[in-house]
Amino acid sequence: MFNHLLSLLIWLPIAGAVPVLLAGSARPNLARWLALLFMVLTFVASLFLLPQYDATQGGMQLVENHLWIASLNVHYGLAVDGISVALILLTTVVGILVVVGAWEVIQNKPHQYMAAMLALEGVMIGVFCATDALLFYVFFEAMLIPMFILIGVWGGPRRVYATLKFFIYTFFGSVFMLIALLYLYHKAGTFDLRTLAALPLTFNEQMWIFFAFLLAFAIKVPMVPVHTWLPDAHVEAPTGGSVVLAAVMLKVGTYGMLRFILPIVPDAGQHFAWLVIGLSLVAVVYIGYVALVQEDMKKLVAYSSVAHMGFVTLGIFIAFMLARQLGDVDTARLGMQGAMVQMISHGFVSGAMFTCIGVMYDRLHTRLIKDYGGVINVMPWFGFFYVLFAMANCGLPGTSGFVGEFMVVLASFKANPWIAFFAAFTLIIGAAYTLWLVKRVLWGEIRNPHVAEMKDINGRETFVLLTFAALTVALGVWPEPLIHLMDSSVTQVVQQLAIHKI
Amino acid sequence: MPTLNDILILLPEFYLVAVACLLLLLDAFMKPEQRGTLHWISIVVLLVAAYMVVAGQPDVSVTAFGGMFVRDQVSEILKVFALLCTVLVLVYARPYLQDRRQFIGEFYTLILFAVIGVMLLVSAGSLVMVYLGLELLTLSSYALVALNRDSSLSSEAAIKYFVLGALSSGMLLYGMSMVYGATGTLDLAQLHVAVTQSAMPHLLVFGLVFMLVGIAFKLGAAPFHMWIPDVYQGASTPVTTFIASTSKLAAFGMAWRLLETGLGGLSQHWQPMLAAIAVLSMAIGNLVAIVQTNLKRMLAYSTISHMGYLLVGLVSAGPEGYSAAMFYAISYALMSTVSFGVILALARAGFECEEIADLKGLNQRSPWFAALMALALFSLAGVPPLFGFYAKYLVLQAAIDAHLLWLAIVGAVFAIVGLYYYLHVVKVMYFDKPEEGGADQPQSDGSLRVVLSINALALLVLGVYWGPLLGWCRHSFGLG
Repeated sequence: MFNHLLSLLIWLPIAGAVPVLLAGSARPNLARWLALLFMVLTFVASLFLLPQYDATQGGMQLVENHLWIASLNVHYGLAVDGISVALILLTTVVGILVVVGAWEVIQNKPHQYMAAMLALEGVMIGVFCATDALLFYVFFEAMLIPMFILIGVWGGPRRVYATLKFFIYTFFGSVFMLIALLYLYHKAGTFDLRTLAALPLTFNEQMWIFFAFLLAFAIKVPMVPVHTWLPDAHVEAPTGGSVVLAAVMLKVGTYGMLRFILPIVPDAGQHFAWLVIGLSLVAVVYIGYVALVQEDMKKLVAYSSVAHMGFVTLGIFIAFMLARQLGDVDTARLGMQGAMVQMISHGFVSGAMFTCIGVMYDRLHTRLIKDYGGVINVMPWFGFFYVLFAMANCGLPGTSGFVGEFMVVLASFKANPWIAFFAAFTLIIGAAYTLWLVKRVLWGEIRNPHVAEMKDINGRETFVLLTFAALTVALGVWPEPLIHLMDSSVTQVVQQLAIHKI
Repeated sequence: MPTLNDILILLPEFYLVAVACLLLLLDAFMKPEQRGTLHWISIVVLLVAAYMVVAGQPDVSVTAFGGMFVRDQVSEILKVFALLCTVLVLVYARPYLQDRRQFIGEFYTLILFAVIGVMLLVSAGSLVMVYLGLELLTLSSYALVALNRDSSLSSEAAIKYFVLGALSSGMLLYGMSMVYGATGTLDLAQLHVAVTQSAMPHLLVFGLVFMLVGIAFKLGAAPFHMWIPDVYQGASTPVTTFIASTSKLAAFGMAWRLLETGLGGLSQHWQPMLAAIAVLSMAIGNLVAIVQTNLKRMLAYSTISHMGYLLVGLVSAGPEGYSAAMFYAISYALMSTVSFGVILALARAGFECEEIADLKGLNQRSPWFAALMALALFSLAGVPPLFGFYAKYLVLQAAIDAHLLWLAIVGAVFAIVGLYYYLHVVKVMYFDKPEEGGADQPQSDGSLRVVLSINALALLVLGVYWGPLLGWCRHSFGLG
């Protein structure tokens, strides 16, 4: 069984989508329980990764490799390193929480909703496992279809605009990645990522391939200035869709940078590191200000997502700068590690924030900040969680939000104090928009009579928020296991940085 | 004198001719209510023919009638899929034709003759045979388009199709005569040799240009695409399905026979011309499709763009490119049968389901058919892991391998444009509220449902398991 653990993780939820779909709208409860069952089974299976994966080794493990298309030398190749393991665990946890969170909320065709979620989860795990570039691309693109339907069917009033924008934006980027991959295949005769990493490329080739990759992944992350689809998608998506989008799907972009840009085009990556760092800083500072003026809670959190993901891209490319230009491999490792921790942490925190907004939206059917006020008086338990996640969102020490950001700022200080200066802005702006949000929503007098009728969270919602809270605090207080899990893999990634291709 | 061996090589074709004649006779003696048997006989006949093609598949290419007719792996694959697609067309057509009192023997006879035309065309070993096969196919098609006598739209489409088709046939013939004049041979194999030694290269290239026009017209590639939207919209949907699927396989076969087996030596001349046609087709097809409100017209423009992609494979001029283009033709044929099949399934007496707006909220009325249509559309748009993605992937790869990176990038850019209008239909089906009088729960019969489902799910299965088909295509062009 362990020889095919990764395949199991990918195909179990996808296969589970079929019985859930067949349960039909006539038996919605059966569909819900089946969906939960498959999510839990996938989660349990993903736990086996921890004993199976040897964190001290680093490198790709649990390898599965079968010839898929013999005549083109395309492989069905799967393997994981510490970074993938962490992301897969994140995905499977979020999967359960999303299904529980949508339990009664989704009344319209719940079987289709649950099936789409299951399919999405399998495909996302596939992205984190693929070691064949074509297989990666297939999973990378296949994510779009269930997400397209999730937003389009169960979304808000402007869902059609948002979902079309989402699909076309992301498809646009990845098509250029496909061309770059085809070009690489033309040179190497294989899609195997390791072979591609060893492929010698001139600087000119690297530059074009770099921009093709960057476009694809920057749209997915999303980086400024190609981030505009994200607020729209988030605002219109159902709560579960937003949670998956923020918690897992955005990570696919940064994960792709790690797997494609770093090893395949290191020289171009290093040459253009300033560009990505610059855009990341714009995301951190400017988008932070944009978040400050939002009136829609979901939009605010969506923009804060862009800012936080800016930290991840900053961490990755600051490592380039440190390792290649300054020769400081240790600090480079710190930056990279910070980026990885930030990826996981943002998964929990943003997922939790979107869940909180969903909880309020279910009761009042509005997401405008001005419609709320004094929520804590009627929903004390909810208020407790909301404040906790808000604190994590602005990077309070003791929560997961702090660890990653701190590491990245520390590393960027070594590279250039100015970069650290601007990056540290996030702590101020983040605190500003998050605290202001909390103030306007939770505290104060109850001005709106509808707010007075709001009921506190029920057991199901408590379960979801409590899980997120536990993970956020655990990661904030004791990040060591996560860092240990990814440590040797991060070291290897940073070592790859040092390789010159020209 | 033809020998027994010649006849054996052409056995599937002779068999179909005999059956088609028999059906014509049978129809004359049949009462209208017995026509159902005709339907089943035709399907069985086509399946048997497909079996005969596969069973008699030679490992090496064999010729009959002094080189007029070639039976090789390329032609066999195209024939098998042409026959299968025709079977699909017939299955999907039955309830539609019954509802509209078009359930008549001529339909089946004409379809059979058209298929025989396809089979002769893709097996042509000489220019004469190309022309014969093509005319048999197109003349039957003209009649099929005109079959719906009561519709002025159909008559208009048929006339347009006939006039333009005759013109393009004339062009093709004119080009062929010039090539004959320059080389002194009609046999494609001899032509291949003679092209390089011809003393009249200018005449040859001139002829080539005219032949290209004919080929582009038959494929429906821009700027010779004008007939496609009108014919697709005007013809009754079963006929449209046939033209969109089976005859595209034939057009690919013809293009390959003429360009590679005949005029392969001129590839440096036809490559840039085809590349221009490919770019134009992708651009015009994808851009104009966006503004269509009629589903059949939209699919017609999407056909034009798909022919552009197919040409990208052909432009790459080499076994890799040809096998990619053939894979593309097969995948397109299977995808279009699904998309038109759903239209046929949703149409009912007095309701055509032709407008995109008719599909509003289909997911709520009939989730299964909405899902099948969505599968076909995502596949047509080239979203992995569906069949259509790999077809696009292969032609783009062939272009890059042939050092035509720019063409691949153009293809990729227009794939994004194309995505928009396919998504628009998915959007209408899934996100819009159903309207009164729109597509309802289909009343179609069981065989249609089952076959259509298999056809659509095949797009998903072939998206994961496309190796064998690709291997078959590559093998037929001599690749490992």
